[in-house]
Amino acid sequence: MTRFLSPIKVLLFIALMIPLGIIVFDGFQNNLTADPIEELLHRTGIWSLRLLLLTMLMTPMKVITGSFVFIRVRRMIGLFAFFYASLHLLIYVWLDLGLDWAHLLEDIIERTFITVGMLAWLLMLPMAITSNKRMMRKLGKTWKRIHQAIYLVICLASLHFIWLVKSDITEPLIYTGIGLSLLLFRVAHHYHGKRSKHKGSTNTG
Amino acid sequence: MKFKNTHKDHQITDESIYQSRRKLLKAGLIGTAGMLSSPNFALTLPKSEPNSKFVIDELTREQDATTYNNFYEFSLSKSGPSEKAGGLKTDPWSVEVGGLCEKQGTFDLEKLINQFQLEERIYRMRCVEAWSMVIPWNGFKLSDLIKYCKPLNSAKYLYFETLYDPKQMPGQNGRSIPWPYREGLRMDEAMNDLTLMAVGMYGKNLPNQNGAPLRLVTPWKYGFKGIKSIVKIQFMDKQPINSWQAIAPNEYGFYANVNPQVDHPRWSQATERRITGGFSLFNSRIDTQMFNGYGDYVADMYNGMDLRKNF
Repeated sequence: MTRFLSPIKVLLFIALMIPLGIIVFDGFQNNLTADPIEELLHRTGIWSLRLLLLTMLMTPMKVITGSFVFIRVRRMIGLFAFFYASLHLLIYVWLDLGLDWAHLLEDIIERTFITVGMLAWLLMLPMAITSNKRMMRKLGKTWKRIHQAIYLVICLASLHFIWLVKSDITEPLIYTGIGLSLLLFRVAHHYHGKRSKHKGSTNTG
Repeated sequence: MKFKNTHKDHQITDESIYQSRRKLLKAGLIGTAGMLSSPNFALTLPKSEPNSKFVIDELTREQDATTYNNFYEFSLSKSGPSEKAGGLKTDPWSVEVGGLCEKQGTFDLEKLINQFQLEERIYRMRCVEAWSMVIPWNGFKLSDLIKYCKPLNSAKYLYFETLYDPKQMPGQNGRSIPWPYREGLRMDEAMNDLTLMAVGMYGKNLPNQNGAPLRLVTPWKYGFKGIKSIVKIQFMDKQPINSWQAIAPNEYGFYANVNPQVDHPRWSQATERRITGGFSLFNSRIDTQMFNGYGDYVADMYNGMDLRKNF
């Protein structure tokens, strides 16, 4: 790996900042609907979920294309998913609840969609903290364990979305379907990899 | 719908301008918000006097109240109804009255409205999703309509239905709600002084997205009780099942009274975000009041009832 920033990473960084840019722009234009907090929550939440799914897509893309570029950008996409999830949480706790901690606690305990949402963020936190080379080396096998939590995070985030919708769950179901397909790919690939190993293949999964 | 003085309106508007506006409106080229409240702009509502009992200082901006609301018949988004409701034909409009009353039949709304005294009332509107607005409605008391229909003694409930016409209401092609939208009130609730049949807001015709040409307003109840674009009213002896109760009976009840002590399973009802318009990112939530602050008018009706069970 070079110490220089690769152009792909720079471009990707800019691309992943665009949703935030649009949100800020719309904010200044007073273009966030009559209920801007709701709109901010929705936009940051949906981007976090999209980027989580995109992160999950990187391994299959590598497997299909054989290109390692997908693995090299995976960390950044994952960190951006965490970034948007953190904005989502911050907007909820700070702007929506006005830092009312009792209200937050009540929400987490009583409202399942918030319980699972909170849990998803908490599982992403160690992933984000350990998303660097040093931690990767230091933690070894534990590192992989921590980062496999993304499978659970995807499920929790999908539930969070499904449960907050009032009636028509088409949109959250589309995201859930994509997430499940990606999970299924992992499972299939895992077993396929094991079988290949028995046959003496060098495929590492 | 044409009101008595409609032809006068033609006279004061230059005829050619009138016609071109009419064409533009027909082509859907003129938006609904801001300029004209609905395509049937020829409708001139009878004068409605402000009711001094119901005045609140800080109104929600008209622009926000008419572009941010739920009306699943058009769209699942909040801005969707204002974008997609322009094609709804509200003129002429008839309302079918039936069930346990003497005066059954199909009434032309224009003629019906002229039977009653219109007034303006400023009410708080609290959505079950924990946001709220303050809206000046123009309308007549539902009790006036009920008296006009002469209900039988056996009539204990009132049932309402929204228009079902997927061609005009594209959201009805989806299955978010078993169409048509249905609502109901107990007879004493329907007769309550607060209960309004709105035909206008902000002194103008009700915009299509807000339930033109006729909607229910029950300010002590969550917003979804305010059924829009009503075509059917029925007097019944049994409690009807309203749409949201049918969809999720553990989340939405028949009464749907605003109650900060009874939470929706998925969100707290203790507080609300008041939408007034303008920059509101740092506005803090306000406490939700019992019966949305209308306890003096309605609390008596629920004496002895467990409002936790009858939510």
